[in-house]
Amino acid sequence: MLRYDSIEELVQAAEKRRANISDIVLEDQAQEMGRSVDDIYEQMEANAKVMEESIAGALQPNIKSASGLSGGDAYKLYKAIEQGKSLGGTLMDKVLVKALAIAESNACMGRIVAAPTAGSCGILPAVLLSCKEEKSIPQTKMVKSLFTAAAIGMVIAKRASISGAEGGCQAECGSAAAMAAAALVEMLGGSPRMASHACAIALKSVLGLVCDPVAGLVEIPCIKRNAMGASNAIVAAQLAMAGIESLIPVDEVIDAMKEVGDLLVPSLRETGEGGLAATPTARELTRKIFGAYDKK
Amino acid sequence: MDVFDIIGPIMVGPSSSHTAGAARIGKIARNLLGEEPVEAIIELHGSFAQTYKGHGTDRAIIGGLLGFEPDDLRIRDSLDIASQKGLGYSIRKVSLKDAHPNTARISIRDDSGKVVVVTASSVGGGNVVVKDINGLEVDFTGRSHTIVIPHRDAPGVVAAVTGLLSSNQINIGEMKVYRKRRGGDAIMVIEVDQEIDQNTADKLSELSFINQVTILKPL
Repeated sequence: MLRYDSIEELVQAAEKRRANISDIVLEDQAQEMGRSVDDIYEQMEANAKVMEESIAGALQPNIKSASGLSGGDAYKLYKAIEQGKSLGGTLMDKVLVKALAIAESNACMGRIVAAPTAGSCGILPAVLLSCKEEKSIPQTKMVKSLFTAAAIGMVIAKRASISGAEGGCQAECGSAAAMAAAALVEMLGGSPRMASHACAIALKSVLGLVCDPVAGLVEIPCIKRNAMGASNAIVAAQLAMAGIESLIPVDEVIDAMKEVGDLLVPSLRETGEGGLAATPTARELTRKIFGAYDKK
Repeated sequence: MDVFDIIGPIMVGPSSSHTAGAARIGKIARNLLGEEPVEAIIELHGSFAQTYKGHGTDRAIIGGLLGFEPDDLRIRDSLDIASQKGLGYSIRKVSLKDAHPNTARISIRDDSGKVVVVTASSVGGGNVVVKDINGLEVDFTGRSHTIVIPHRDAPGVVAAVTGLLSSNQINIGEMKVYRKRRGGDAIMVIEVDQEIDQNTADKLSELSFINQVTILKPL
């Protein structure tokens, strides 16, 4: 039985079996939940299907969130790329459009899969679905890699936190990027060790990132941070696949993330009182949104 | 914690606590009423009160009251659907004593005049904790199959319920009994490992001193 209290445990268990992290996690979780491997695979595939569906809903010019703060950016990016204004190549184009689309879909009350949270729900699917398309990877491989992502998330949740209210944005978008980076490495055929380095590289790149949503809503800067988080995952996976290692072991990076999170003052942990949320413009927007509501 | 706590739940955005958890609270209140609600008074406390419009907390709770699951896209239009279905509602901002920041108190009534008042908090990741039912302090999450049985405090009631569950091969994981005073209103909250079928629920509700049996499926 796996304890999910360190990523080292997952890597060693996988190496011992000459398997992927997802193989051992799938077996362990089936046993733990008293269900068959096929059964929980199917549930994960259903999640993957909703992830895919959540993209289309937001790729429209006229969607708006209830607050009016967001909507339409994914479409704007999609159109710009269609007109040849691409900077990062086709993989990055897809990743950014999908990350924005899913995060906007969430803000506009679309149906999404929390991964690990609703606020960071665009990162993991944007990375995996785009690479699946670009590299013609079979669906089963992608669905399996979601188990690796989930196992990484479980370890982070146990050792640190995946909640912005507890650990800041590093714990939400940072964890999502770390999960996506590890899953992507596995999906591309990298070793469990490489996956753990990708996870470490993604997480340590955003240590200290605060959770400062304007008006307390999951919109500004959350949606754009999903695009950032997805690109962070691609960068980390690319480095790890080249054999680049994180000299600080991944579990120590997670512990550092927790320590930094504990040091963050409450105003920088999802209260909507500090950082971007405390800027004059954010205060004005907040007044407009909630003032307007009160008049209705 | 398992993999689906990390990849999941499937939900209507934007917030697992302010939207998905809120819908779940509404659904629990509806199940506890056991009938179609015709009137709802929704009181929001703390962050729920401050940000409910932007997070769609009002639409999520009313969606739950209409029977929608947290992943049902009809949540977006639940205010209109409520009007069509004859569910009248009002939303108030309140300050509840010692409550979690994301707490709602929901009073609902069916057309026979039966009223249920539920206070529950959304504690993150779509998880909720029910804190009060009709003035009786309770504490359960609804993460397992849960049976809620309002009853009159009397000798043998608990034994009759557990005996019936045991004879139906249902294993109790956790069980709590709450009462206002000796011989007065009480509530049993039983978390079990197996799904409860309608037949067992019916048999439970036929036992003496039992007012109602509500079965809550896990989120």
